[in-house]
Amino acid sequence: MRSRSAPGADSYTAFVNRGFGRVLARRLGLPRPAILRRYTPGAPLLAGPVLVVGVGAGADALAGALLAWQLDVRRHATPGERLAAIVVVLDELAHPDELSDPVRAAGASLRDLAGNGRVVTISRPAAADQAPAPAAARHAVDGILRSLAKELRAGSTANGLMLADGVAPDAPNTLGALRFLLSARSAFVDGQFLSVGTPGQAGAIDRARPLDGRVAVVTGAARGIGAAIARTLARDGAAVIAVDVPAAGDHLAAVANEIRGTALQVDITAADAGERILAHAAQRHGRLDIVVHNAGITRDKLLANMDAARWDSVIAVNIAAQLRINEALLASDLFTRSPRIVSVSSTSGIAGNRGQTNYAASKAGVIGMVKATAPLLAGRGGTVNAVAPGFIETEMTARIPFATREVARRLNSLQQGGKPADVAEAIAFLASDAAAGVTGNVLRVCGQNLVGQ
Amino acid sequence: MTPRAPQPAPAALPRRAVVVGGNRIPFARAGGAYAKASNQDMLTAALDGLVARFGLQDETIGEVAAGAVLKHSRDFNLTREAVLGSALAPTTPAYDLQQACATGMEAVVGLSNKIRLGQIDSAIAGGVDSASDAPIAVSEGLRAILLDLNRAKTVRRRARILARLRPKDLSPDSPSTSEPRTGLSMGEHQALTTKQWNITRQAQDELALASHQNLAAAYDRGFFDDLITPYRGVARDNNLRADSTLAKLASLKPVFGKNLGAAATMTAGNSTPLTDGASTVLLASEEWATAHDLPMLATVVDGEAGAVDFVHGRDGLLMAPAFAVPRLLARNGLTLDDLDFVEIHEAFAGTVLATLAAWEDPDFGRDRLGLDGAFGTVDRGRLNVNGSSLAAGHPFAATGGRLVATLAKMLHDAGTVDGRPARGLISVCAAGGQGVVALLEASVQDA
Repeated sequence: MRSRSAPGADSYTAFVNRGFGRVLARRLGLPRPAILRRYTPGAPLLAGPVLVVGVGAGADALAGALLAWQLDVRRHATPGERLAAIVVVLDELAHPDELSDPVRAAGASLRDLAGNGRVVTISRPAAADQAPAPAAARHAVDGILRSLAKELRAGSTANGLMLADGVAPDAPNTLGALRFLLSARSAFVDGQFLSVGTPGQAGAIDRARPLDGRVAVVTGAARGIGAAIARTLARDGAAVIAVDVPAAGDHLAAVANEIRGTALQVDITAADAGERILAHAAQRHGRLDIVVHNAGITRDKLLANMDAARWDSVIAVNIAAQLRINEALLASDLFTRSPRIVSVSSTSGIAGNRGQTNYAASKAGVIGMVKATAPLLAGRGGTVNAVAPGFIETEMTARIPFATREVARRLNSLQQGGKPADVAEAIAFLASDAAAGVTGNVLRVCGQNLVGQ
Repeated sequence: MTPRAPQPAPAALPRRAVVVGGNRIPFARAGGAYAKASNQDMLTAALDGLVARFGLQDETIGEVAAGAVLKHSRDFNLTREAVLGSALAPTTPAYDLQQACATGMEAVVGLSNKIRLGQIDSAIAGGVDSASDAPIAVSEGLRAILLDLNRAKTVRRRARILARLRPKDLSPDSPSTSEPRTGLSMGEHQALTTKQWNITRQAQDELALASHQNLAAAYDRGFFDDLITPYRGVARDNNLRADSTLAKLASLKPVFGKNLGAAATMTAGNSTPLTDGASTVLLASEEWATAHDLPMLATVVDGEAGAVDFVHGRDGLLMAPAFAVPRLLARNGLTLDDLDFVEIHEAFAGTVLATLAAWEDPDFGRDRLGLDGAFGTVDRGRLNVNGSSLAAGHPFAATGGRLVATLAKMLHDAGTVDGRPARGLISVCAAGGQGVVALLEASVQDA
């Protein structure tokens, strides 16, 4: 059994959330990270009313769709009434002047947002082929959302959906992504945008077991974030093939037995790793729907001191292996029914990190790979996305020296490290039908880390 | 002794028994990495790795049979306890069996027969041994005193019994590999056989070196990726010396047969060390394997046990397979030339070489096997091609499972040879002058 409180765990957050610690932190003006509400099967989507701000057909249609989810929907705020979520619909912007009313209306209700509340903007991306005024208005939402997320407290988050032209605010693909952002599954996702298009069509969303009948491969599943991904996909109904290097086989077997999956010991850098994974899936399940590229290593060294072994091993495991396995997947008849690939990137691959040129190269490489692979999967209704975790509380980060770790985990809008399950929830969403409209995205799970976008 | 005539071919049984796959923990030299692990711990770990590999969580298996040679009396239900501690369904029946070093082989043969008879659809055969956590008994003298003491009713009587106690009674009785009827250790017995068959030191060292090199190469190409699950920080058999050389092996001093003087050839390098470890093999009917979407690596075709009269010295302690293999092959209409792989357990390099020498000896063939001449020659290119016990180590009861899973995978990889399924033989010698041998062939499904 794993202990409830790992060494190096965030005891500060627990301290400032009860009794004397709460009082002390408030008096001294210390950071007061909230205890985040996380997903448990069967819990309601939202604990209170949702306010839909915005005029136009899109806002009305969206309000109707949320009513159909049995949510308590408000079109006008009642000051003093606690809100669980605010959805700001900005899908018809033509000029920055049009932002004032809806954005300030949402702002006026922020004081009524309950702890662990949700703000979601729905807008459209700016593009070079647009007239300057609408492009300015559309891109303005970027600044609004990222600033707003930094204003929120008590575990509340703000995230945005960027709808491709032609995707309505109440389209199934929009609703699938919106539901994820409103839910407790996105607890550690903050200040981020998801682009929603039409590579596939979302089906019934967020049933209790949204991955029922799917077969999923998770690499690096023996421990840490990979084990959490395997557990979460299994909880959501997937049959999981847990993959890790042979040397990690004992931990891998324990994970596989816990989730009633299978353990496949294979070094993903082996030339035939993709074929071996496919052969296992074919033999045991006759299908393969989801591949999560989680396995990764770090071999940190300043570039001035970097040797070939450190550089080459990180590139081999973190990006070259994914490319080779994806080639095998794309060539296989097994991986053709709305397949999903989710790769684990890192905030280091977005913002860079001292001593991690090799790691950042591999993780930025993952982002490049994901964007270029999206069109290759679109033909078969498939999607490919990356998740970029920020500071996550794992055995690996528990080994960071105390002071460095304490600084690293507070440097985000939620003032705490995420949990492996937070990364896993984002991946489970991207692997599900609900994310049929999301491809080529990089979803950060970082609590709006202060570095990078 | 008249040669035992081969049995006629067995009546066709209703169905075949296949090897689905196997799992073992890496074998570790005694007193090392697994020194604190019990037989039950190791067997449970091997079972759980098998369950994880094949997704057998909460599955009720037809029967699990395993055993240990060095066994505590408290482990009377060792296999059942390991099943209860594993991820298998608690409704899986299990029994212990023990046939010295042939324990694992006998478990495979016996369970395969139950599957072929239709009594069960699935089975797990296994074995485990810890030379580190071996049972230590009190001396016979102390044991008699303690039992009498327990029966005594009065203080006076108890005092009289305790007065019988002598210092020598307090020295514990450790298990050994000595044969009860001869007092000779297994190594000393083999030293006699090695000399009898004129096996040279050089030949033994070469066989040992090949074992290490073959095992290391198999690891390096990922052959064991789906046969082994690491345990307690050990990912490879830690007796393996990939960098061993003939020169290094030649430098070792003899440890057995030292009274033979210059004829002493058996060293720690060409004898297996005491080892800890556990292995399991998943067996099934073809129908069960198909229904569970499981692979079928090989068919267990036939098995044969044998024994020799080593007490009166005519045959060496570990020579029973030299007789059992010819009977097994004759019953199946085969010769050594019909085998694509031959796995002869390397209890000692001398055991393997003496067995091969006997088969190549026309006198042995005529006088002892009742043949027209020599039984035949094993192509060295087919012998223990992925290493064997000299390199991997030999946790007594676990060796059979290691061999069966390894050979089954080799047969599967080979597929068909000359239009027929690839064939392999396993030969395991055992204490008490016994041995169990088996014939496997690749499971080739109609496409």
